[in-house]
Amino acid sequence: MRLELVDISKQYPAVKANDRVSLQVAPGQIHAVLGENGAGKSTLMKIIYGAVRPDEGEIRWNGEPVQIASPAAARALGISMVYQHFSLFDTLTAAENVWLGLDKSLPLAEVTKRIREVAGIYGLEVDPLRPVHTLSVGERQRVEIVRALMTNPKLLILDEPTSVLTPQAVQTLFVTLRKLAAEGCSILYISHKLDEIRSLCHHCTVLRGGKVTGEVDPTRETNASLSRLMIGAEPPQLQHREARAGAVVLEVRSLSLPKEDPFGTSLEAISFEVRAGEVVGIAGVSGNGQQELMRALSGEDVRAPRGSIRLFDQDIARDTPRRRRRGGLHFVPEERLGRGAVPTLSLAQNTLLTRTRAVGRGGWIRVGDVNALAEALIRRFFVRAGGPGSAAKSLSGGNLQKFIVGREIDADPKLLIVSQPTWGVDVGAAAQIRGELLALRDNGCAVLVVSEELEELFEICDRLVVIAQGRVSPSLRTAEATIEQIGEWMSGLWRKDKSDAPA
Amino acid sequence: MLRLEQRPEPSKAMSIASPLLALAITVVIGTILFVLLGKDPLRGLAVFFVEPVRSAYALSELAMKATPLLLIALGLAVCFRSNVWNIGAEGQFVVGAIAASGIAMLATKDTGNWFFLPVLVGGIVGGMAWAAIVALLRDRFNANEILVSLMLVYVAEQLLNYLVYGPWKDPLGYNFPQTITFYKSTQVPRLFGSFRVNLGAIAALFAVGAFWLLLFRTYAGFQLQVGGLAPAAARYAGFSSRKALWSALLLSGGMAGLAGGLEVAGPLGQLTPHVPAGYGFAAIIVAFVGRLHPVGIVFSAILMSMFYIGGELAQSRLGLPKSLTGVFQGLLLFTLLACDTLIAYRVRWKTAGKGTGG
Repeated sequence: MRLELVDISKQYPAVKANDRVSLQVAPGQIHAVLGENGAGKSTLMKIIYGAVRPDEGEIRWNGEPVQIASPAAARALGISMVYQHFSLFDTLTAAENVWLGLDKSLPLAEVTKRIREVAGIYGLEVDPLRPVHTLSVGERQRVEIVRALMTNPKLLILDEPTSVLTPQAVQTLFVTLRKLAAEGCSILYISHKLDEIRSLCHHCTVLRGGKVTGEVDPTRETNASLSRLMIGAEPPQLQHREARAGAVVLEVRSLSLPKEDPFGTSLEAISFEVRAGEVVGIAGVSGNGQQELMRALSGEDVRAPRGSIRLFDQDIARDTPRRRRRGGLHFVPEERLGRGAVPTLSLAQNTLLTRTRAVGRGGWIRVGDVNALAEALIRRFFVRAGGPGSAAKSLSGGNLQKFIVGREIDADPKLLIVSQPTWGVDVGAAAQIRGELLALRDNGCAVLVVSEELEELFEICDRLVVIAQGRVSPSLRTAEATIEQIGEWMSGLWRKDKSDAPA
Repeated sequence: MLRLEQRPEPSKAMSIASPLLALAITVVIGTILFVLLGKDPLRGLAVFFVEPVRSAYALSELAMKATPLLLIALGLAVCFRSNVWNIGAEGQFVVGAIAASGIAMLATKDTGNWFFLPVLVGGIVGGMAWAAIVALLRDRFNANEILVSLMLVYVAEQLLNYLVYGPWKDPLGYNFPQTITFYKSTQVPRLFGSFRVNLGAIAALFAVGAFWLLLFRTYAGFQLQVGGLAPAAARYAGFSSRKALWSALLLSGGMAGLAGGLEVAGPLGQLTPHVPAGYGFAAIIVAFVGRLHPVGIVFSAILMSMFYIGGELAQSRLGLPKSLTGVFQGLLLFTLLACDTLIAYRVRWKTAGKGTGG
């Protein structure tokens, strides 16, 4: 065995993150670690990578018991890790970034040459001389992988590597990983995406609540059986009725907006509309203008040209978020802590961000009403929290998301815009949130969803548009769209003249 | 081995206990200090913690000192909670005193006893105007408010010196740099005949209530605090950061100006170069020791005035320099910052290598 974990346990103040977890990885094996958020996957990987020390248990590397004291020690053993969130400096070139991570014995020119070699062998197209900020997210990930491969690892750990990739880029990544495995490198592949695990991995360890709940051969399992192991139940099926789209609620017309920060994306001539009683999804790889578009729609950025954003045929392009809310536009941002909610304030106080019914004449707050609203939201949306007085940051990601989405749904919006509705949310809460969005649509609300998870968009949307490089594609009925087509559009290839489309 | 371990949630009890613990450590270090100086530590501590509260007269003097600290610190608490770092309350205090004096000098022999009201309003407006400069520069040119407000303290002091050495100098004052002694009608009424404590102390207690309501019961106060705690959330909610900047600065400037007005319309009775007594800076410590909470600030203001009075007594009774006040103030703030670590962390004994869990 290349790597063996025996009865690893790790206790944090509030939770037992790992409870007697055992796991064996053979040389050349692609080994999946499957589990919901909070199942203990990340802690386990950090233990293997030396970033966290286990309270109990033993780690064996090639049969020998080892103490991995730090990531440097892990790298010395031949363990490399690619994190979900990249750690690259935007202003440096790819080669300089790789160079920074190595011991400084090699000169930069040598490193650049090695990058080209490694990239060539594994089909990872990377130009080492380009500054990182000009790279797409997929290219940045390739830089991270190349960096991890520079030290000839015997074990490569990948944390949710596909969450930022187009479907086509995922296939390219899989080719690389299979090649690595064929050469004897073991791979630990962390994910909650069942399809990927079934098509890529040789072996799968399932974690739930810090414990191993199953060791299976994923190629012989179905999504349903894996899901049972992962959450203890099959996710509830959504009831999806045919949409009856009504009048136009939101109309975006030739919205162009120069970027505010140098590494942002400028919006170019964006046009689309959302009608009452339909869910429109915006697909796309992150960093293609979603953030900028959301800020312009929510009113956090009021630089949009007059007339470019209309709500019920009223120009709202320059209105404050509060005026937009008065017109029926509510927004759920993707950052829950710090934007959708103030971390240190209570749930009750956090309702006051967007809900002002408890604010009386002269600006006096009726504390009783504030608490009552928070309590009602907790009950209606099954938020697991101590009560209206709990600080927002004391809630788990999924529960806080239920609370924030609930806060906006409860306001009876006419247009609800939701960014990444189920990011980092466990499967059960995700299904509940999607169900709430559909219920809202059935009541005649217009819903706009931005998500990087294509499956989610296909599940809940009636129409889809794709955003790439700050432009938005024409819309497609979900029933007529295919994953392949949307994936192609995610690289900006919907315009007829494909020659001018950037690669 | 001693180890700090993060608590799952910040401890509420510790956030109240921390100032008390800090005070205790300050007393311990103070004792050591007195011993090293060759003074009887019990007498030394008595000078700081017993003498200032021993008689009605002492209490009146204590309230006199605590009033400006309390007023200024209340305003600063709102500022700091809004993430606006006004550290130039001293300057706003001085300009408040100047403006109040300007109005006080308009009084004549025959003005009624109500004239202290416009004098105090003058103080408030003066302080606001000085803080408005900071707000304007921040708003228009994104100038750092910490630097601007601090620098304006020295400008205010120069302005004061110019006036008392120049145009406002008392022609019958034997060339001393001071204005005329203001008429009795400009003076804030005293509460108990012979003691110096005046209506200002009552006003400060009212202000405590008003600020508590503003912070915890009004939407305006909520918006200010959200802007300080999570600027992105404030933008998301649509709370204006410009409005927060202006209101926080005008409010704290006004409070500092009021405190300045109360000084010249109270114990001083004239404008002298000795108006800047450091209240504006001490109030920063008062605000933080009081947890930026109006009620907490009452206690910390009283404590800080004990240090002021204790320092003066230490000079006359023990032959120690008056700057001992500053030493104690500094000690308290320093130990408080250290003790605050315990709000988010707890101390554990750990034997190396083996984890204890739990």
